[in-house]
Amino acid sequence: MTRISDPRAITGRLFKWLFIGLVFVYLYLPMAVLVTNSFNKSKYGHNWAGFSLKWYQELFDNNAMMQAFGHSLLVAALAATAATLIGTLMALAIHRYRFPLKSATSSLLFVLMMSPDIVLAITFLIIFIALGIQLGFWSLLIAHITFCLPFVVITVYAQMKSLDPNILEAAQDLGASEARIFRVIILPLMAPAVLAGWLLSFTLSLDDVIISSFVTGPGFEILPIRVFSMVKVGVSPEVNALATLLLVLSLTLVAVTTWLIKRQKNQ
Amino acid sequence: MKAFIANLNFRRLVITLTISWLSIFVLLPHLMVVGTSFLTADADNFAIWPITLDNYLKVLDDTYAGVFWDSLVLSGITTVIALGIGYPFAFLLSRMTPALRAILLFMMVIPFWTNSLIRIYAIKMLLGKKGLFNLVLVSTGIVDKPVQLLYTDFAVIFGLVYILLPFMVLPLMASFDKLDQSLLEAGKDLGANAFHRFRHIILPLTMPGVIAGCLIVFLPAMGMFYVADLLGGARSLLLGNVIKNQFLVARDWPFGSAFSVFLIVLMGLLLWLYYKANQYVQKQGGMDDQNL
Repeated sequence: MTRISDPRAITGRLFKWLFIGLVFVYLYLPMAVLVTNSFNKSKYGHNWAGFSLKWYQELFDNNAMMQAFGHSLLVAALAATAATLIGTLMALAIHRYRFPLKSATSSLLFVLMMSPDIVLAITFLIIFIALGIQLGFWSLLIAHITFCLPFVVITVYAQMKSLDPNILEAAQDLGASEARIFRVIILPLMAPAVLAGWLLSFTLSLDDVIISSFVTGPGFEILPIRVFSMVKVGVSPEVNALATLLLVLSLTLVAVTTWLIKRQKNQ
Repeated sequence: MKAFIANLNFRRLVITLTISWLSIFVLLPHLMVVGTSFLTADADNFAIWPITLDNYLKVLDDTYAGVFWDSLVLSGITTVIALGIGYPFAFLLSRMTPALRAILLFMMVIPFWTNSLIRIYAIKMLLGKKGLFNLVLVSTGIVDKPVQLLYTDFAVIFGLVYILLPFMVLPLMASFDKLDQSLLEAGKDLGANAFHRFRHIILPLTMPGVIAGCLIVFLPAMGMFYVADLLGGARSLLLGNVIKNQFLVARDWPFGSAFSVFLIVLMGLLLWLYYKANQYVQKQGGMDDQNL
């Protein structure tokens, strides 16, 4: 009895691939509909009325939307940069230094990672009001930096564990300062993980809806808030075009991240 | 001596930054939410003295207890469905060649990198009266006329599972990866059939993954107000809708905080469960590196 001709094995394999196929249909169908409709002349997308780029034109002409998109990209880029910087230093502190409250620090990072967005959203809102930080650009930036931090720390810390302690000791013996060791030795060796952390933070920041809804102010509108108010009332085909552009952006970022992580593993 | 001081300064800077950022923006705000939940609501100052338990009593009030219950049920169903899809999916993937597995896992994660609000909008398009779902249902003759899928609990669950499924699969995959194949072979050699091997070896040893997956699906599901706003009916279905409403519309911060404290307590409970399951696996499975 060979495995291939066994009817039970064949049925089993059929079911297996049918199941996996269905899961992927579920995951990709909604996005496929959006991308298709972004090129569809018909507004409601109930039928195919011919190829058109007019929704992209409308998207670029929609000033409020483009401004919100710009704001989102700005916050994402700044938050990712700051989170990467601070997160890398935190990883260094946890990896290299001994200090009181170290285990409490790790626990706080863990809480930060596990807390549902809605809880983080109100913790941020309350602290910003208490500290008198005006809701808007700065509150968004601080909140985004903070919720990206644990992901940077995890990525960079994992890489730091593979550092050769002999190199660091040699540098120390030769009189290099801590700051210099960090800048000249640790940071370059951490580069792939740091970049991966940046990309992850950038995507997390762009994706956020819940926390941003709470800490944004009237003077500084970002994309999810704008999109939310547009799709709440009805159909807006510009959102399809926007979704397609964001998808392309995300896929590019994913490809770069995956490549970097792969390269990091190979080293 | 100068170098020593410089080192001390750099070190001090790094440690101070770490501790102060986490204290100010994580620890303190969490404590303040708990504190606020015991205060009295005030139109001008958000929350004032005196200390009271009224907010918690109000959470248990009939009107809100209903929302509370609805939210728990919806998130519960979402978690069960995500586990029902995610567990066999992770199991099948774990038995594939590493290359194939990497590709499928990568494909699974791609939607997770796209904006979740836009993905929910995509589902809204899909489930509408004239959406693709109804088109297929009508044209295949399963139903005579389009059915109401959008603005129902079904749509909300559909959307929640859609957003959260990768969060279920990833910890499960990690658990399956740690599964010691020799244990399964030993079970087979000792005459255990497939069901027994699953029941007594695979299931207990992947329990930490199951609990971790449920934890990061169940809790966030209760907070995703935009899913209920876009796909659900008129009533506020999820805890997230109530909290958002209390904070941004009704301005009753203490009451909104009381709801959130419930979520924090639930999180603590589930984390404790996860910790216990991990301990169990370490003891039973004889594995030594089970760090989070």
